[in-house]
Amino acid sequence: MSALLDVSGVTLRYKTSSVVVTATERVSFSVDRSDRFVLLGPSGCGKSTLLKAVGGYMKPGEGKMRINGREITEPGADRMMIFQEFDQLLPWKTVLENVMFPLLMTRRLPRKEAEQRARAYLEKVSLTRVVDSYPHTLSGGMKQRVAIARGMAMEPDILLMDEPFAALDALTRRTCQDELLQLWEETKFTVLFVTHSIAEAIKIGNRILLLSPHPGRVKAEIVDVDQVSPEDGSAGRLETQIHDLLFTETATAH
Amino acid sequence: MGEARILLRSDAVVTGDRAEVERKLSVFELLWNDGFVRKAAIIIFLAAVWEAYGTFLDNPLLFPTFHDTIVTMFDKVRDGTIPLRAWASLKVLFMGYGAGIVLAAIFTILAISTRIGTDFLETMTAMFNPLPAIALLPLALIWFGLGNGSLVFVLIHSVLWPVALNTHSGFKSVSNTLRMVGRNYGLRGLPYVARILIPAAFGSILTGLKIGWAFAWRTLIAAELVFGVSSGQGGLGWFIFENRNLLDIPAVFAGLLTVIVIGLIVENLIFRTIERNTVQKWGTQS
Repeated sequence: MSALLDVSGVTLRYKTSSVVVTATERVSFSVDRSDRFVLLGPSGCGKSTLLKAVGGYMKPGEGKMRINGREITEPGADRMMIFQEFDQLLPWKTVLENVMFPLLMTRRLPRKEAEQRARAYLEKVSLTRVVDSYPHTLSGGMKQRVAIARGMAMEPDILLMDEPFAALDALTRRTCQDELLQLWEETKFTVLFVTHSIAEAIKIGNRILLLSPHPGRVKAEIVDVDQVSPEDGSAGRLETQIHDLLFTETATAH
Repeated sequence: MGEARILLRSDAVVTGDRAEVERKLSVFELLWNDGFVRKAAIIIFLAAVWEAYGTFLDNPLLFPTFHDTIVTMFDKVRDGTIPLRAWASLKVLFMGYGAGIVLAAIFTILAISTRIGTDFLETMTAMFNPLPAIALLPLALIWFGLGNGSLVFVLIHSVLWPVALNTHSGFKSVSNTLRMVGRNYGLRGLPYVARILIPAAFGSILTGLKIGWAFAWRTLIAAELVFGVSSGQGGLGWFIFENRNLLDIPAVFAGLLTVIVIGLIVENLIFRTIERNTVQKWGTQS
């Protein structure tokens, strides 16, 4: 079976007012169905830019990106983005309407079925209590869970998560991570997850792509991450190994 | 190695006589917490001061009492003069306000879809926004003659720029995340504007509409004072001017009061209601 998402030799550049910045250089990786694929690296390694490119928000300078064999040219609902920012929910719609919104806008489902599906996914993230609330009344963790429900309700080919838990407090972040894994156990969705936290990468991912900064290049790929466990200390050892990998990179760069 | 100990305390356990957690407010406190009640009290106080000063001055030609004004106003409302004049003013206002908003919408949509459109709008607003609409009236009179055409022209001028300016700056300040969310669902062109930009910028748009309304209402009354009569039926501004010429000062005051009351109704009833049901409910009030 060919990969669901195939990124080959992608170089991404963006312009600021005075210079052209190379965010990533010839990055290749592929994501299979039901992968929890993590892009990990320090700030400046272009991981978020890479995710935005997969989302279709920018075109690669060179290289190709394909999803299901189709080349990625523009944003589309087959790749649902989940952002770090809390303002990704539409403030003028209730929680339920927010989850229904993409289903209706893409004419995926008629209103009645959209509502049923939205309610089902909100139940999965245990937010049935607040379906009729407006986003500004929710806590940060709840907002992110609504965004996840909204992304999942579309049942996209792949979920693109851009540090969705980075702005949460430590306790809420852990709950959200556990919940995401629980959801994955239930539906086995495919997710491309960006983070700068090594611990989060190990907890969430089954594969990790390690990127080096300035410009972003692939440093290593770590597979079978889901085999390690925090109980026997293997997760801790992996964390140290990854840390050392990143650390030696910065040491040689200077 | 020591071990931490947990000491349970009984403070949090509910006992029979609990501390006061909630207390009902007294009727007076409840009333005083209502902004409407407080403002009504201020209005009553001002009316009393007015009445006292008017009685003290005892010169209805300069400053009629509150009582006289209200009686005249009541009479003029009952014989249909004020409602008719107010309606004449409002009709012109709606025409100008509506046309101004439509033009503002067209300008703003052009401005967000092309860069040259943005430059056009920014240059035009920079030039015309500081120009008081009433300053165009002499010119309008030459172009459109004595009549509603001239009034509508100056009204459009007073509405168009503030509404376009606020809408445009509202669109520009829509967060990048929301824009990306909209595009993620394949929204483009007009559906994107209607589904994402307009609701996201609604606070600014509403501010623009409020400023536009205030400008339009002031401009209209002022313009009517200058000529006012068209096809035999003037508006409120003309009513004020006419009664001043007849030295019917209580009627002048009644006219002014009507202008204030209509302004208050639109700002506090119509716009407040829209605000309460939109930006306040959404928590996006700017």
